[in-house]
Amino acid sequence: MKKAIQLAGAALALTAASSLAQASTQTSTLENVKERGYIQCGVSTGLPGFSTPDEKGNWTGIDVDVCRAMAAATLGNADKVKFIPLTAKERFTALQSGEIDVLSRNTTWTQTRDTSLGLNFVGVNYYDGQGFMVKKNLGVSSALELDGATVCIQAGTTTELNMADYFREHSMTYQPLVFDTSAQSVQGFESGRCDMLTSDQSQLYALRTKLAKPDEAIVLPEVISKEPLGPVVRQGDDQWLNIAKWSLYALVNGEELGLTSDNIDAKMTTDNPAISRFIGKTGPGGKALNLPDDFAYQIVKQVGNYDEIFERNVGAKSPLLIKRGINALWKDGGIVYAPPFR
Amino acid sequence: MIVNDKNIPSRPAPASTRGIAGWLRENLFSTPGNSVLTFMGLAFLVWAIPPIFQWAVLQADFIGVNKEACTSEGACWVFVSARFQQFMYGFYPDTELWRVNIFFAQMTAVLVWVLWDKMPRRTWGGVWFLTGFPLTSFILLHGGFLGLETVETHKWGGLMLTLVLSLVGMVIALPIGILLALGRRSDMPAVSSFCTVFIEIWRGVPLITILFMASVMLPLFIPGDIELDKLARAMIGISLFEAALIAEVIRGGLQAMPKGQYEAADAMGLSYWQGMRLIIMPQVLKISIPGIVNTFVQLFKDTSLVLIIGLFDLLAVMQAGITDVNWPNISIEAFVFTGFVFWAFCFGMSRYSVALERKLDTGHKS
Repeated sequence: MKKAIQLAGAALALTAASSLAQASTQTSTLENVKERGYIQCGVSTGLPGFSTPDEKGNWTGIDVDVCRAMAAATLGNADKVKFIPLTAKERFTALQSGEIDVLSRNTTWTQTRDTSLGLNFVGVNYYDGQGFMVKKNLGVSSALELDGATVCIQAGTTTELNMADYFREHSMTYQPLVFDTSAQSVQGFESGRCDMLTSDQSQLYALRTKLAKPDEAIVLPEVISKEPLGPVVRQGDDQWLNIAKWSLYALVNGEELGLTSDNIDAKMTTDNPAISRFIGKTGPGGKALNLPDDFAYQIVKQVGNYDEIFERNVGAKSPLLIKRGINALWKDGGIVYAPPFR
Repeated sequence: MIVNDKNIPSRPAPASTRGIAGWLRENLFSTPGNSVLTFMGLAFLVWAIPPIFQWAVLQADFIGVNKEACTSEGACWVFVSARFQQFMYGFYPDTELWRVNIFFAQMTAVLVWVLWDKMPRRTWGGVWFLTGFPLTSFILLHGGFLGLETVETHKWGGLMLTLVLSLVGMVIALPIGILLALGRRSDMPAVSSFCTVFIEIWRGVPLITILFMASVMLPLFIPGDIELDKLARAMIGISLFEAALIAEVIRGGLQAMPKGQYEAADAMGLSYWQGMRLIIMPQVLKISIPGIVNTFVQLFKDTSLVLIIGLFDLLAVMQAGITDVNWPNISIEAFVFTGFVFWAFCFGMSRYSVALERKLDTGHKS
């Protein structure tokens, strides 16, 4: 009797587990999203400034806001996003298998990833690159002054190789001190076991906040590798790729036109032709994308322009305090550039 | 003639073997070597405990909402209280937390009902634990029935997810494990080879690989219009893996049974299943308790591996929390708290198993 009961219990539990299965249909991503009522967005399991859950479990970050912008464009509501945390290893499979609609997880755009995985990179929402952090009292202002220095590095990353290349190129020597995790390497740096710490710059700024006295360390201006980070979509759905691209461009164009979430309503009546094209009163609007004409307005109104997103997540209004640098608009000396709304 | 017709009154034991002094002498200072070890142990405690106590309690901050509340030298438990909701419920929506609380309450009640031998009608408790409890918990936590709002599994997390994963794992793994163990010893070649192959494959692969396969490979094999929830995939993977481990524990118990027990069952004219149910299994399960509980404790801790497939169990929620730039230098407190929670559950399980062994002990240990 007891066995029979246990068996019945097992069967029931299995049924319950399998009824978690959901059905989805194989149509275009946009139709799927509209039918479902939300975008499935793959994010990291916690990277400060890019995608991280706060105390309330709300996701914030520069990568998170890209997904929110896409939700504002497609569904008219930036909150209609389901964030799915993914590890670095499973992120591409999750996209390939349709578990997510867009991957926005500080992913570096490389040739291999773009061409051989059945994925398309949408653009770049943050230009990252490997940099150096040193203590201020070292009195160093450039990495070129660091001949013979001891460097804290994380094991098994491309940073190790970039580092070697850079020092060989400038015929300098260095002493590597290798750690397993970024937390350990920052501790090594703090306790003075190495003169400098190297990693991606955005990481360095995040690690700096973990120091007991963040003010005593600076991130040097040198960038020794290219790490363009951006959202990724599945290959083969050009409409969805276009929607992702133009959501990203809307953020940048919004900044260029001086539209912010606060002032865009006031500028609705302007006769500036670029702005009235942007908000969809004239010009192509969203018809070819199968979106409402005011999709760019919704993005800026609900999420903000690129500048707002940058400053609140990684810039001056965040603990990371990253300067715009090459992530400034093209007309301000950076390389952030978007095709016009025309 | 003198006849002593009185017993000599019994005298108390020598003072050196009585009371605290006697206990100390017998247990701590019985030989010079033991005395040295005792002093070394005491010295270690004196050296280690006060700083830890000072850090964790005396100089710690408990009250507040943000990092600024942590002004003293010691631990900053404010972090744990600020993120307590996330540690317990993951990203479960605020307005629906009562459902998780009912789940916790029901779980406690049912476990006490089933596990505490002074409770009435424990058989019914067992039936409810295996049928009604999983069903009501699923309805409660997932929703989508009876007007309850659906809470998708990607919002589950924290201690709740850890408990759900380990309970499902235990409840499914034990019966399947028993069947697999019986199957492996079966006389029927088809059954026995199937069970052997199943057990060896699942047991021979690391759990982390199974989870990874379930999360990454499986979605590529099944057609696109069927989307199996990530949590369900993880549950199935964990359950089958644990079933293979349990099967080997039970098989050990089956082999420890004297042949006479099997023959006695046959001689009584009992069928195979009757014999197993009435004679063999009760004894096998009893001697397998340490092994089974060991597997369960391991399962409870192994659930943190779901971190690699992006599910936020207690450990993963904590790790996501310490990346928060508003809380620098918080990792030690977070790890200590998480470690303590895991330890409390595992220690509870192991104490229960000890009590169960004592209760079921029939005095003739084989």
